[in-house]
Amino acid sequence: MADSTQPVTAPDGEADDKSRRRFLTLATAVVGGAGVAVAATPFVTYFRPSARALFLGAPVQVDVSKIELGSMLRVEWRGQPVFIVRRTAESIENIAKGASLIADAASDQSDQPEYAKNELRSREPEMLVVKGVCTHLGCAPQYLPSVNAAEVTQPWYGGFFCPCHGSKFDLAGRVFRGVPAQKNLAVPPYQFLGSGTLIIGEDGGAA
Amino acid sequence: MSATPDDMTSRISRQAGNLGRWFNDRLDVATFYRNHLSEYYASKNFNFWYYFGSFALIVLVIQLVTGVFLTMNYKPSAAEAFASVEYIMRDVRWGWLVRYMHSTGASFFFIVVYMHMFRGMLYGSYRRPRELVWILGMLIYLTLMAEAFMGYLLPWGQMSYWGAQVIVSLFGAIPVIGEALSEWIRGDFFISDITLNRFFAFHVIAVPLILVFLVVVHLAALHEVGSNNPDGVDIKKLKDDKGKPLDGIAFHPYYTVKDLMGAVVFLGLFAAVVFFAPELNGYFLEHANFEPADRLKTPEHIAPVWYFTPFYAILRAVPDKLGGVVAMGLAVFVLFLLPWLDRSPVRSIRYKSTINKVMLALFAISFIALGYLGLKPVTPLYTLLSRIFSLIYFAFFLGLPFFSRMGKFKTVPERVTWHD
Amino acid sequence: MIKMNQLIAIMLLLGVASTATAAGGAAGVIQHADNDVGNINSLQRGARNFFNYCAGCHSAKYVRYSRIAEDLKLPEDLVLDNFMFGKGKVGDTVSVAMKPEQAEQWFGAVPPDLSLTGRSRGSDWIYSFLMSFYQDESRALGVNNLVLAGAAMPHVLADLQGLRAAEFKTVTGSDGVEHEEFSGFRQVTPGTLSAEQYEEFVRDTTNFLDYMGEPVQLQRKRLGIKVLAYLVLLFVLAYALKQEFWKDVH
Repeated sequence: MADSTQPVTAPDGEADDKSRRRFLTLATAVVGGAGVAVAATPFVTYFRPSARALFLGAPVQVDVSKIELGSMLRVEWRGQPVFIVRRTAESIENIAKGASLIADAASDQSDQPEYAKNELRSREPEMLVVKGVCTHLGCAPQYLPSVNAAEVTQPWYGGFFCPCHGSKFDLAGRVFRGVPAQKNLAVPPYQFLGSGTLIIGEDGGAA
Repeated sequence: MSATPDDMTSRISRQAGNLGRWFNDRLDVATFYRNHLSEYYASKNFNFWYYFGSFALIVLVIQLVTGVFLTMNYKPSAAEAFASVEYIMRDVRWGWLVRYMHSTGASFFFIVVYMHMFRGMLYGSYRRPRELVWILGMLIYLTLMAEAFMGYLLPWGQMSYWGAQVIVSLFGAIPVIGEALSEWIRGDFFISDITLNRFFAFHVIAVPLILVFLVVVHLAALHEVGSNNPDGVDIKKLKDDKGKPLDGIAFHPYYTVKDLMGAVVFLGLFAAVVFFAPELNGYFLEHANFEPADRLKTPEHIAPVWYFTPFYAILRAVPDKLGGVVAMGLAVFVLFLLPWLDRSPVRSIRYKSTINKVMLALFAISFIALGYLGLKPVTPLYTLLSRIFSLIYFAFFLGLPFFSRMGKFKTVPERVTWHD
Repeated sequence: MIKMNQLIAIMLLLGVASTATAAGGAAGVIQHADNDVGNINSLQRGARNFFNYCAGCHSAKYVRYSRIAEDLKLPEDLVLDNFMFGKGKVGDTVSVAMKPEQAEQWFGAVPPDLSLTGRSRGSDWIYSFLMSFYQDESRALGVNNLVLAGAAMPHVLADLQGLRAAEFKTVTGSDGVEHEEFSGFRQVTPGTLSAEQYEEFVRDTTNFLDYMGEPVQLQRKRLGIKVLAYLVLLFVLAYALKQEFWKDVH
């Protein structure tokens, strides 16, 4: 007896039929697939930081006009400590003195914007702005500006010392040779807005 | 000798074939594919009413996926829940879309399920040998109601709170164990942060697992006996010499391609609501729920979401609190008994006597009328109407064993009715 | 083919869904706001009105200044300078300096947060509320409100609208009970705005509150059109595909 599904074609038409079927299937699959891809996009974008995350991670303005020479201000940006150091003329000279102890003097392996890829790792010689996060395993290093400080092995021209595993950085945040950390302290994007205001997290696009 | 493109493609397809064979030797997907898709034969005369099963599956997937994404940002505590929903709506990228899909999906789930159930009533899909399919479906319906009820508390709006307050207090009406039971459900002396957190656990994990399990078993039970059709004809009675039902067509490709087409229309309606009327005038997202829950301020008018209102109307129609709860419970329970109440000599409404058609129409009208009345505040007129329609509703079931054998029935044909 | 049952079901569903929700407050007092959230100029004026007159007492804690700047096409500095009181970043939410305890003490009630009033009460209610203050010597504030009787809010816009008195007449209802029915307003002292200007002021402010209730509304509708257009295209293909396969079925 006849079955419910039989191709309806004229004897020559079968090939046309098959190709029409294939075309329609392909066309539907392509258009449908495109729709699925577009529909999936919001679900991927959904993961990105929300307006609240952006607000909480927004650039931080700091008044640096009152920092004493030689002292450090610690602020928070995007959940991490940022060290702002007002370096003395002497300590700036000492940075050059200790250059032979430094592993990545030219900051080729380290993370900083273009304007901080220099010997002093900063926009302005007097102000150092670095993330207070040891590049070894993330502890917060101590600020030890005094030359020949007792807590560290000599020679020491002033800098940062990480108590967790003994990594040492100079007053430009550059990492010493022979310590666990391999990279200089990272420099976040920042710029000076004038009248003693520093803004961390924003640099006007000047990388 | 360099490999030609033809060599490459045939090598790749051979390797793919080998991989496929390795897999299939360890898990026979090819037979599963044949039994449930390419050689599962369903009647060729499925009509409009037969789309809703696949639509239900689509909505289930939508709810599961959007639900997971909402859970990424929702905070299940009384202090933070409401604000976290607004966070999703405003701050989370595309959060508004995920939220609206979920809230629209909840209402669409019930529209689809009610249509799907009505199809069963029209064509006798609950009759032997499909009683278990119907029972499982009813269990899915109950589970879905629990899922929706608990989900509705989560935004912690005024209607969330007070709606839950009313429904949980209904359990308090049960004699002897009522109060203890309510306290056990709430985990506290009143609906609180504790209640919210446990409803969250159930809504997100426990009940969806039960739901998915029941859906799988529901489909397995269906495939065991085969699908019904609008004429109620048993297509397995007449087969060709290869053992294929004469009136049957392979589910794949015929119904996959037809359901795909139906799905596009369905998604169009879904999108129309999500993008143009997500609140649907306060029926899908209630206005009062945009105010945070306030234990000290009762809203003017507490009503459950529209999909519960038929039963809510029956509850309110009975003057006694416990009586109302019992009536409401019976109204749902009596649906389970359909396969045994219906003693008609034929399955499908198409061949039933006139009185059966009238009674089914009256049932449908009373269900919709009760749904409307359940939304409205209590007035003497509405209470009277609720009582009348409740009686009609129950009359359908109570009378079914009798009128299902009354009147003149048409002869059911051997072959299904179908025009090319 | 649509059966009788289906037709009834569909009509009832549509009929129920399109029934306008009943307005709160005194019947006949709720007017149509007729605001257009697509009108950016109106929203900008409304934002200015909101921050000048409302934000001193009412917070909008789910709304960010940066979002207002983006959606209303205003420069962020302008928003920061003109809309934000005190110090803060542009991504901050609209909070109010007044503490809830102080508010309770001064007004007897905490001024509600207005982020979602556009959705919970609706534009028509808000518009009517701001239009319906009237003189009432029996109250400490000297005013009452037709839409929200006994409102704890003073008539903040009295300078603009002037003061009006509400007239009532005694009416016997169909149940035989006498009650007071509102019969009209009478201007007592003039305001700095004409009636039309005040209506526009209130409409703009209502518009802004409507926007704050759901900032994404305009984008969602625009996207919806694209989605539906795509689905129409996909339907044409899916239908053709279905017909192609079903040619074989007899």
